[in-house]
Amino acid sequence: MTATAAKEKMLTPEIEAFIEQWRDKPGNLIMVLHRVQGEFGYIPREAAFEVAHALDIPVAKIYGVITFYHFFKLSKPGRNQIAVCMGTACYLKGGQDLIDECERALGVGLNTVTEDGEFSVEAVRCIGCCGLAPVVTVNGEVFGSVTTKGMAKIIDQFEGK
Amino acid sequence: MAYKNYLLVCAGTACESNKGKALYEELQKELQAQGADAEAQLVKTGCFGFCEQGPIVKVLPDESFYVKVGPEHAQKIVAEHIVKGRPVAELLYDKKQSSKSADDIAFYQKQKRIVLRNCGVINPESIDEYIARDGYAALEKVIFEMTPDQVIEELTNAGLRGRGGAGFPTGLKWKFTKNVASDQKYIVCNADEGDPGAYMDRSTCEGDPHSVLEAMAIAGRTVGANRGFIYIRAEYPLAIERLENAIGQAREYGLLGEGILGSDFSFDIEIRLGAGAFVCGEETALLASIEGKRGMPIPRPPFPAVKGLWGKPTVINNVETWANIPMIILKGSAWFAAIGTEKSKGTKVFALTGKINNSGLIEVPMGTTLREIIYDIGGGIRNGKKFKAAQTGGPSGGVITEEYLDIPIDYENLQAIGSMMGSGGMIVMDEDDCMIDVTKFYLEFTVDESCGKCAPCRIGGRTNYNILDKISKGQGTMEDLEKLKELAQAMRKASLCGLGQTAPNPIMSTMKYFEDEYRAHIVDKKCPAGKCKHLLSYTIVADKCVGCTACARVCPVHCIGGEVKKVHTIDQAQCIKCGQCFEKCKFDAILKG
Repeated sequence: MTATAAKEKMLTPEIEAFIEQWRDKPGNLIMVLHRVQGEFGYIPREAAFEVAHALDIPVAKIYGVITFYHFFKLSKPGRNQIAVCMGTACYLKGGQDLIDECERALGVGLNTVTEDGEFSVEAVRCIGCCGLAPVVTVNGEVFGSVTTKGMAKIIDQFEGK
Repeated sequence: MAYKNYLLVCAGTACESNKGKALYEELQKELQAQGADAEAQLVKTGCFGFCEQGPIVKVLPDESFYVKVGPEHAQKIVAEHIVKGRPVAELLYDKKQSSKSADDIAFYQKQKRIVLRNCGVINPESIDEYIARDGYAALEKVIFEMTPDQVIEELTNAGLRGRGGAGFPTGLKWKFTKNVASDQKYIVCNADEGDPGAYMDRSTCEGDPHSVLEAMAIAGRTVGANRGFIYIRAEYPLAIERLENAIGQAREYGLLGEGILGSDFSFDIEIRLGAGAFVCGEETALLASIEGKRGMPIPRPPFPAVKGLWGKPTVINNVETWANIPMIILKGSAWFAAIGTEKSKGTKVFALTGKINNSGLIEVPMGTTLREIIYDIGGGIRNGKKFKAAQTGGPSGGVITEEYLDIPIDYENLQAIGSMMGSGGMIVMDEDDCMIDVTKFYLEFTVDESCGKCAPCRIGGRTNYNILDKISKGQGTMEDLEKLKELAQAMRKASLCGLGQTAPNPIMSTMKYFEDEYRAHIVDKKCPAGKCKHLLSYTIVADKCVGCTACARVCPVHCIGGEVKKVHTIDQAQCIKCGQCFEKCKFDAILKG
């Protein structure tokens, strides 16, 4: 074997261009992390190291920020991301029942991905559609006034698609 | 009007995500297909507030107010209303009287819209429409006709107080920053609306983004700052998009950037995204987050008005506060001060949600009573149930019970009864809601959101949560109530920031007004509302059971046994208390208690 190929970069040229654009702005880290998560759906370890290098910020500090904020994820979510709103209005109207139903139907707990990688379920803070409570989003699509029965149907609708 | 009709389609998050987007596209298609696109203009607007009835379409000039409109109705609206001029009666809010306009609907009658003046009126993506409604006229007035001191005086005389919840006088805040000498100052908009169950700020940013930008520029001119930041939740993609679009347009029109309106005043605004941390609503934590750090609060003083973002003097106001300012400048402090109560001026926007008939976004003059909000605007409690309490101030607030329904709502009155104004979440609860359960919900929230920096909040919150959990499981003792109180006091006094100081409020408030409910959980081991699952059991009444098997079939854990046409029984050891059998039984044969 001759010289080993340069290790492939995780960050896409677009993200690198974005970092370049933000490099000299103070307080850029959170914005860059948003961009990275927007691309991958989470913040891969490799990407965090590359961001550290590009912005000249210690990796420890980057992980400090990632783990502080709920929005940033460290593991890959399911292909279909179910988010059950647990804002107060949704909670009062049965948000917890919907989470229980998801857990029962999919056999996984919160913030865990199903074995086939199809689904992951998370509880989210108010998404501001309180008039439609209880609300569930799947891959960003909003479903309002969901019942436990309706929850099962929604899961069916996305399964394998 | 250049067009015969205008079709205003709500493009707020709730309506847009409820097939509102498809509705807009379908209307567009139908207008073209039926050759009516020269007669009617289709306009996307901000939130009408009546989210319960969404998606909403309003047709001008006759102000027909269509509710629950789906894409499938587009053809009919165009064919009937636009082409033939006949309102589609079945889609009107008031179906009996055709062409009933929004102003006649009880939901709107007691409202007064200052902050939401443009929501549901203009296209939030068009700066021209904002300008046509006197937009940026206040900024012009501030730059060319007023001195900074006059602006501050105007705000002070108006009596405007911070709408984020604490109610600090805005004029005074600006004055502090103005009076500090510094080479650099900043203006910050707090759009990190973290209170679960509240979405006033999101709707304002989505429906009228320019009002926030204009007000921030006014503040910049007044205190001598040339840069502003809007800190907004990443969970609000539509609001971010509208703000970005608005900033771009304002720059293009010379209303942001270098030499605004040809003057020597320069001001520009950038957006910074939050990342889901409730504590970042606290101003020092928010500033840390803009700086790209973990959002941890620091002790005050020094206050951000003197030493804020990157150590520089910074004015931070909440979205709703900002949205009031252009109107105060244009109409004058006397006009504003005439609205509201003695110490709380102007209006307040509330996100009215929970067990209420008309969920939605409302704006009422300060001093309106809770009874007016719940029964006149909100249309009363859903399903004819009994009102139990309204919760304001979210995880930092408390409950308002029936006996206080008639007090005028303002900062002082709410505080006096153990709640608070908060940012504007108003959650209505009925007889089926358990106060211990709700308090536990809020505590779980604040425990989860505590940044962990100071011990009273980190440890006190968790300990209190554990006690509540114990009580909800019927394992509490009367001494636990004393412990709850003691810890709550300690947290209030010793926590570093607002989060920890106010986290015990839901406990104190529910213990004060619903002590009997705590006792029922502790002494009788019962949850009167039937919400706490550990204290609940479902049993089948033998006399009433006809053996239809409906309950057995719906039970997710198959713990109901019995043969067809014979009395069924529930295996209590297996029962997960989901209540599905209770819902399903048509013979009232299942007893909950």
